[in-house]
Amino acid sequence: MSLNPEHLKEERSQLWRAELRSKIKNKERMFIPRVKMPELAPALRVKHQDKEVNMGLLLDQALTEASRCMDCVNPTCIEGCPVNINIPKFIKYIEQGDILQAAATLKETNALPAVCGRVCPQEKQCEARCFYVDKTDKPAVAIGHLERFAADYERNSGKTNIPFTAKSNGIKVATVGSGPAALSFAGDMVKAGYDVTVFEALHEIGGVLKYGIPEFRLPNSVVDFELDILKRMGVKFETNYIVGRTATFDDLREEGYQGFFIASGAGLPRFMEIPGENYNGILSSNEYLTRVNLMGAASDAMDTPIFKGKYVAVIGGGNTAMDSVRTALRLGAHRAMIIYRRSEAEMPARIEEVKHAKEEGVEFMTLCNPLEYFADEKGHVNGMRLNRMGLGEPDASGRRRPMPIDGSEFELDVDLVVVAVGVSPNPLVPSCLPDLKVTTWGTIVVDEDKMQSSISEMFAGGDIVRGGATVILAMGDGRKAAENMDLYLQNKLSSLTQK
Amino acid sequence: MNEILSKTYFSDKVVQLVVENRLIAKSRKPGNFVMIRIGEDGERFPLTISDADPVKGTITLVVQIMGVSSSKLVALEPGDSITDLVGPLGKPTHIARVGTLLAAGGGVGVAPLLPIVEAYKKAGNRVITVIAARNKDLIILEDEISKWSDELIIMTDDGSYGRQGLVTAGMEEIILREKIDECIVIGPAIMMKFASILTRKYAIPTQASLNSIMVDGTGMCGACRVSVGGKTKFTCVDGPEFDAHQVDFDEMLMRLGGYVQEERKAAEIYSQKL
Ligand SMILES: Cc1cc2nc3c(=O)[nH]c(=O)nc-3n(C[C@H](O)[C@H](O)[C@H](O)COP(=O)(O)OP(=O)(O)OC[C@H]3O[C@@H](n4cnc5c(N)ncnc54)[C@H](O)[C@@H]3O)c2cc1C
Ligand SMILES: Cc1cc2nc3c(=O)[nH]c(=O)nc-3n(C[C@H](O)[C@H](O)[C@H](O)COP(=O)(O)OP(=O)(O)OC[C@H]3O[C@@H](n4cnc5c(N)ncnc54)[C@H](O)[C@@H]3O)c2cc1C
Ligand code: SF4
Ligand code: SF4
Ligand code: FES
Repeated sequence: MSLNPEHLKEERSQLWRAELRSKIKNKERMFIPRVKMPELAPALRVKHQDKEVNMGLLLDQALTEASRCMDCVNPTCIEGCPVNINIPKFIKYIEQGDILQAAATLKETNALPAVCGRVCPQEKQCEARCFYVDKTDKPAVAIGHLERFAADYERNSGKTNIPFTAKSNGIKVATVGSGPAALSFAGDMVKAGYDVTVFEALHEIGGVLKYGIPEFRLPNSVVDFELDILKRMGVKFETNYIVGRTATFDDLREEGYQGFFIASGAGLPRFMEIPGENYNGILSSNEYLTRVNLMGAASDAMDTPIFKGKYVAVIGGGNTAMDSVRTALRLGAHRAMIIYRRSEAEMPARIEEVKHAKEEGVEFMTLCNPLEYFADEKGHVNGMRLNRMGLGEPDASGRRRPMPIDGSEFELDVDLVVVAVGVSPNPLVPSCLPDLKVTTWGTIVVDEDKMQSSISEMFAGGDIVRGGATVILAMGDGRKAAENMDLYLQNKLSSLTQK
Repeated sequence: MNEILSKTYFSDKVVQLVVENRLIAKSRKPGNFVMIRIGEDGERFPLTISDADPVKGTITLVVQIMGVSSSKLVALEPGDSITDLVGPLGKPTHIARVGTLLAAGGGVGVAPLLPIVEAYKKAGNRVITVIAARNKDLIILEDEISKWSDELIIMTDDGSYGRQGLVTAGMEEIILREKIDECIVIGPAIMMKFASILTRKYAIPTQASLNSIMVDGTGMCGACRVSVGGKTKFTCVDGPEFDAHQVDFDEMLMRLGGYVQEERKAAEIYSQKL
């Protein structure tokens, strides 16, 4: 809808937008410097697992930043957003001071704006396609910061707007999983009048948003607030429910479910399969982050235990590795180290996370690779052996291939190791659907335009299709699946009534 | 949902709970387990489904009081509900007609053994069961197990009931007496280790049901990993039953002790609160 150029043009030509544009000359707009996100000081924030590092823009900061946006005739930024937020429209509402309208605009296409404003890799998505980046040497409009601002403002205003939902059509559909893909699907389907149930295996809704991403980047209360809106729109949530196990797909079909959206994520942690990796004190990042984020293990009041390591090595260079190493610092590590086999330039983590980690005192040991772990007499890890790596020719992924350097081995004292070298798709759903087409990596095969799988009433999206991507790509999949499942079910229905 | 309908003490430390959960009662198979969490500050921990009644919509759990979580569960009374209960998890036991099965259960391991013994018996096997515990009070489910066993041998460490000796003594006696086609052992890791050494000596195929430490129980964390035949496996999704002769029990024992200090501290805090 939002991408339709006619519609965009029409909205842009509305009087209030035209007036706003004429208020400040574009030249002047271009001279306003990009806003800086206020942050908690590193020395303070490393003491708190649950204090957010980014503090959010103040009202006047947001108003000024919003006035940088040119309200372009051809807003390329929207193309960079996987859920096609009408970016100039929401930003202009902010510039006008109508923040609640800005928030409502976000929710037209994004079920989780406060989440995306915090965790989207904006620099690679919408902001990478901003006019400023494309056509000038100035930094992009801070779209993500503004998105967060509007969503937070609405949350704190007590005047939450519940998006309009069409009259119920009585058709039952289900999601498998409750991560961002499932939630955005659920939001769109409930708007279209469907009876939507979200099934989640764990005891909390939210997928990685809850068990993976830590409080200091994404407070659970923010996620819960957005979930509450979905609830008020009529989405039903079932926790402790493993589709395929607790009940089969056939059971659910019998209960009247006509469409399924599989968004079960890429939850299976990978290990390196090197000697000593099963010693105590060596955990997957999923285990480490789940204990802390989902189970609250950092607090003594909670039953779930955690190792509070003093010398912590985190293996990997993605968001998960950064979240783990920064968590370790906050739980009292003297040394918190990132061990990554390529160089910093190749790190997949968000630039912001790397920057924050460095400010907090994380040591970056790049071009290093673990070979083996050692343990004390009780089997708890107390050291590791590594070697240094050089970069060779680019490999299939285009990144230069790391090669071990002969004779470069060295040892390191560690008492906690977090392995964050990637995840594989969750095999639970494919294993109970023999007819479902999957790739050799275990991801579900879909028709990319529709997100439809080889079983026609089953659509899929997010990490179970992409094998590990981002919140916003997962949400984009959810929207696309909702649109196409709607078409599919309506077609099926009308062909039935014709007969 | 998850309401406790009845609670029976088998001993001071071992309690049987019948819990309402319509869906799991219908979908569970022998060998499956559930993950449980009690209260918002609780941890997730696994318990085997020892029995189920799909008509009444109930599952039966048998829990031994170990530390904080099992104590919290046992502190619940009929009418209370379990905060979170999810399952069925794990691969079901592969039940086949093999001839003669030797089933060995130690301590609370007898509870998960019960549905397996029943299923093997129903599949037309001869079933000989050895159950063992430290003393008479810890012997559980004797009547239920005996109903599905052609022969039942009871062993206690202190000789207070049945015969005196370890589970392996009872097992070896049977093995020497007649041809055993398959063996299954469930109990404390140390018991499974020695039972497995014994059956390897006699080359009897043996399954062991491992009780590794778990967090999610759905394959997401790797806390439950064990080495089987030199490969890392996740107990919750690849097991819990494995070829006992391939399991690295020493590593498993080491990993089970991984959080001993933290658990001891938690138990102290919990007992102060009581
Ligand atoms: C630590 C960490 C940090 C990250 N940081 C960022 C970031 O800053 N920015 C960003 O864009 N991305 C980030 N990502 C990636 C992003 O979180 C994922 O790409 C995204 O969450 C994928 O969403 P999803 O909906 O596909 O699945 P998930 O969020 O993985 O959710 C899947 C859910 O399905 C449930 N499930 C699985 N099987 C079943 C079943 N059979 N029945 C019921 N439920 C089931 C699972 O329990 C899980 O809760 C991060 C990931 C991690 C792990
Ligand atoms: C597949 C499986 C099935 C099981 N079935 C049963 C059963 O039917 N009846 C029964 O009484 N027990 C069963 N157990 C063991 C039971 O889960 C533990 O005894 C229980 O978690 C102990 O928790 P606690 O807090 O009371 O004791 P704690 O003081 O925390 O721990 C005591 C010991 O229990 C083990 N343990 C601790 N936490 C966990 C955890 N999260 N997951 C697994 N083990 C843990 C450790 O060996 C620990 O040293 C099973 C375990 C597994 C893996
Ligand atoms: S959702 Fe993400 S990509 Fe889309 S506009 Fe917001 S920050 Fe940019
Ligand atoms: S491209 Fe940049 S300047 Fe243009 S509308 Fe989008 S955010 Fe505003
Ligand atoms: S308990 Fe987490 S993977 Fe098995």
